[in-house]
Amino acid sequence: MSELGRIYGFFEKQVNLYRKFWVWEFTWIFYAIVTTLSIGLIGAGMNELTGGDVDTKEVTLYLLVGSIVWGYLAIVFWEISHTISLERWEGTLEYTFMAPVSRISHLLGTSIFALTYGIFRTSIVFVIAVLFFEISFGGMNMAGALLILAVSSMAFVGLGMIAAIFPLLSPEKGSQFNHIIEASIMMVSGIFYPITVLPGWMQVLSKFSPATYTIEGMRKAILEGYTIPQLMPYIKPLIILGVICIPAGILIFQQVEKHVKKVGNLKRNG
Amino acid sequence: MEHAIELSRIAKSFAKGELDNLKDLVGFESSRFRAVSDINLKVRKGAIHGLLGPNGCGKSTIIRIISTLLTPDEGNVFVCGVDAVAEPMKVKRMINRVSVDAPFHRKLSAYENLIYTARLYGLSKGDAQARMDYILDKVGFDQDVLSTSVEKFSRGMQQKIAITRAFMTNPRVLLLDEPTTGLDPQSKIKVQEFIRHFMEESDCTILITSHDTAEMDRLCDRIALMKSGRIIVEGTAGELKAGCGKDHSCVFELEDVGKASTVLSECEGVVEVERGDGSVTVHYRDEEYVLEKCMNKLLSSNVRIKHIDTRKPDLEDVFIALTGKSLHEDEK
Repeated sequence: MSELGRIYGFFEKQVNLYRKFWVWEFTWIFYAIVTTLSIGLIGAGMNELTGGDVDTKEVTLYLLVGSIVWGYLAIVFWEISHTISLERWEGTLEYTFMAPVSRISHLLGTSIFALTYGIFRTSIVFVIAVLFFEISFGGMNMAGALLILAVSSMAFVGLGMIAAIFPLLSPEKGSQFNHIIEASIMMVSGIFYPITVLPGWMQVLSKFSPATYTIEGMRKAILEGYTIPQLMPYIKPLIILGVICIPAGILIFQQVEKHVKKVGNLKRNG
Repeated sequence: MEHAIELSRIAKSFAKGELDNLKDLVGFESSRFRAVSDINLKVRKGAIHGLLGPNGCGKSTIIRIISTLLTPDEGNVFVCGVDAVAEPMKVKRMINRVSVDAPFHRKLSAYENLIYTARLYGLSKGDAQARMDYILDKVGFDQDVLSTSVEKFSRGMQQKIAITRAFMTNPRVLLLDEPTTGLDPQSKIKVQEFIRHFMEESDCTILITSHDTAEMDRLCDRIALMKSGRIIVEGTAGELKAGCGKDHSCVFELEDVGKASTVLSECEGVVEVERGDGSVTVHYRDEEYVLEKCMNKLLSSNVRIKHIDTRKPDLEDVFIALTGKSLHEDEK
């Protein structure tokens, strides 16, 4: 019971922090909405741009799925990895690590918040995009899409945990390094274009990114109405990546924690 | 006797820069400095034990090692008989700490910060609230501002919240790293009184670091003096002062300085007499009635005394006697 209380403690602290930073959160949500709508409008204007004759509705949906789903995955990844950076800046990291809390509870509490916040922010962007582009849900397999999102969340929670080690290892450069990881995942995962347009070596990398299967699977469910059995080629790799990434994330984090305690890197000024 | 804290042959060194840390990670030789070495310390259960030394002498490193935040390179750390390196979680359940820089989630209110700590230590909201009310009252914190962001508090107020945060969890071992730094004199006394009071009502053990000699003298049962990462001497404040070879002194302000000097130099127990402008300073051993004998001699010789100022050796004198340096030399 007290372990649940501890997990809730991390969740509640993050909620309280975001309430205090509500102006920033409003700004980020506004920015996410504008970015998503702008990307959708590229699809809407495709015929004018190219002089061709494509189904702009389909292109718009293709781009919107990429933008909205990536927005969600990026939040989950960033929130988990960023928590350690935030605690470093505040100087509270030593106190968190000194508290009688298992690292699993710590990372779980942080991940639950990241998922909740990701769902909250993405839902707002999604509803506004649906209204703006007057999207109808006919022919879409929403249940399949949500299943893919749920399974991919696990893989991204694991990746976030792995990325959280960088601010632990390097107080100065860890957070910046995570931006590079996030951008690299975005580039190889076919968020705004088919993976086939990537150079060969990037296509190889895309096979290791959970975002590739998530985005592709979501497009199949939303644009082509694939059923859950048809979506299995996307769901299976995501389950495997989730099963690998979460325990790997916890294990790697625990090993790095041991290392930073050895080198004395937990201190605020590193 | 089981000790609350037991350190044996503790040594810790750090890499000099971030690059050296990376070299460590991949097993290359790195440039290092030694923070503490050959630290042996036993803290009796229920005692207040002090670590006194100048900035950078390794006090905080020892606190971090006991807090499980640093792994020693060599030696053993036991907290209430539990190996802090092998079983850190068991140790974490028994300890808490107040550090000199009192970190908080600064945008959160004092209450939100305290409740967060309470949750991490498995306290119910009700228990936490009751403990909070009690401690905040004792340290003189105005509870009306509990819902204010910590960033708006003065350093002293933040330190009181940090003290509440640590005591609230009812630790068996409390590590206080310069807990009264930043507090005004009145608050300092309140906090010191609370620490003593807390000790009396619980069976807690405290390890406190400071470079405030008066505070250490007032609070500690035993004190270890540190210099350059080593403990150079340990004992009660009385033992340390008695063993430092420094005399007690008394300044007599009087009219006939010449006559007074002659009279006082004949007194039993007086080691040295210094003549000043309108005053005579007498250095004497810590023996009974030396001062009384001096006064009687002066009065019987018809020397009129205007003012008397006595001075006992303090822990600063002990440190100077042992190291030839002042505790605050780095700050100067």
